[in-house]
Amino acid sequence: MKDITELKNKATDIRISLIKMISHAKTGHTGGALSSTDILVSLFYNTMKHDPKNPKWEERDYFLLSKGHSVEPYLCILADMGYFPKEELETFSAYKSRLIGHPTRKVPGIEMNTGALGHALSVSVGMAIAQKKLHKPNRVFTLMGDGEQAEGSIWEAAMAASHYKLGNLLGIVDRNYLQISGNTEDVMSLDNLASKWESFGWDVLEVAGNDIEALCTTLDSVDYTKEKPTMLIARTTKGKGVSFMENQAKWHHGVPKGEEFETALNDLESAYI
Amino acid sequence: MINSKPCRKIFTETILELAKENPQIMVLATDSRGSVTLNEYADTLPEQFIEIGIAEQNLVGVSAGLANAGLKPFACAPACFLSARSFEQVKVDLAYANTNVKLIGISGGVSYGALGTSHHSLQDIAMMRATAGLTVVLPCDNTQTRQLTKALVDFEGPVYVRMGRGAVEDVYEEEVEFTIGKAIKIQEGKDLTIIACGETVIIAKKAAAELAKDGITTRVLDMHTLKPLDTEAILAAASDTGHIITIEEHYAFGGLGGAVAEVLAVNNPTPMKILGIPDEQTVTGESAEVFKHYGLTVENLCAQAKDLLKK
Repeated sequence: MKDITELKNKATDIRISLIKMISHAKTGHTGGALSSTDILVSLFYNTMKHDPKNPKWEERDYFLLSKGHSVEPYLCILADMGYFPKEELETFSAYKSRLIGHPTRKVPGIEMNTGALGHALSVSVGMAIAQKKLHKPNRVFTLMGDGEQAEGSIWEAAMAASHYKLGNLLGIVDRNYLQISGNTEDVMSLDNLASKWESFGWDVLEVAGNDIEALCTTLDSVDYTKEKPTMLIARTTKGKGVSFMENQAKWHHGVPKGEEFETALNDLESAYI
Repeated sequence: MINSKPCRKIFTETILELAKENPQIMVLATDSRGSVTLNEYADTLPEQFIEIGIAEQNLVGVSAGLANAGLKPFACAPACFLSARSFEQVKVDLAYANTNVKLIGISGGVSYGALGTSHHSLQDIAMMRATAGLTVVLPCDNTQTRQLTKALVDFEGPVYVRMGRGAVEDVYEEEVEFTIGKAIKIQEGKDLTIIACGETVIIAKKAAAELAKDGITTRVLDMHTLKPLDTEAILAAASDTGHIITIEEHYAFGGLGGAVAEVLAVNNPTPMKILGIPDEQTVTGESAEVFKHYGLTVENLCAQAKDLLKK
């Protein structure tokens, strides 16, 4: 495992970067971006095999962002790692920019166009089946939202993943309990989410999803050669790291302005170790 | 003479032969191996066959994943469910992402005539041709289905194919040049042009022969590819013959007729008629009975042609 302090500081770098990007673009899905940052940092800087100099490397692990609206930390990480120039982040959501509000394959390092919820787990199942057919050890990681769990297509994919014994597939739910209209349990309750996934034939792990050490330990402890897919339910805080955004549904796609922006930066910078 | 085998069987026999030589080919089904006639394929090449169960959205998503990993998936399901149930996956995972997946819609149009509207696919051309990045092809007979299947293996990008359920008469006695995106001029004529696709091409061909008896010479275009549309062939037909009739197993709006009308309205307004299924609850019965009910017949096509020529 990589140095945890470095990874934590990296997560802070990414959060600051995405807040600046969103503020500059005057658009973005801030709450979910902040809740999922630690998950993405753990995957890209610790767990996954990938090569920014060779995005199509045959041996790479695959990542799909099913909750495509949380594209901001994804883009900031890819830029930080050298998939494309960091200066390009200033074009986020600008006219004709390839850095738009959801992932597209025009961006080096992005495997799939996503944004319509409930799609990427099926695509991941196809990618994981393909690795088995091709006798390759590559793994597939997919990050979903918790509100997204209401999409029926996810459960079609859930069945197929266990039917085809896809141990090389790991799904993650960014379990922040908030979606755009409010608490997930009020909008469409998911209360027994772990048992839902278990009953579909998945191994389920629960982890503190804003704790990088716990995330990396858990991700690295999974046996990816077993005959069951794994679902990681990552308990997170929407708006994590910015005091006035935490656990506030209104920051789902709120953009900090003026004093809010300054407060957000101060809050985030205070997390450096 | 009606063939002994339907187009879907020709597709499965051809893809089996191709897949034996090409391990990248994967065929997927949605509990549809019987209806697609994939049993022999699944038994012969189990490693290149993936059963998805009754889950069309997952069918298309999984196919996208297979293609992203370098395989060549052919996703097979009844056209009614494949086109409508999984439409967003087609739009996003295939067309938007330019994923190399071939969708094979079987028993399209009113093939399942007596099963009702739930099992008809009469808006699939409209939906698919309104989707940027997709190619849409309707083969008309066994010969063309064989040629199309071979062409699909090397064709890069997402394609929606629709074929019927029952065996059909051959339009082509032997292979003629087949290129996705290029209409086939089945016969030359100077008085009018009939443009058809899929199972209506044979009707157009026969109607042209009947019209010839009355001294009317008809150009017949097999517009097997609905998207990208061969606008050159349409505009040439309009300027050479001055009258256009389209005939299709689809609603008379949004499909072949609509596509042709869009081209003509902008470039060369030309007297035309569109024969298809009207905007109503579709009558049920054998597919031939449904065709007859809505005038998708040689007799009505001839009558409509003569009426058009009076204008």
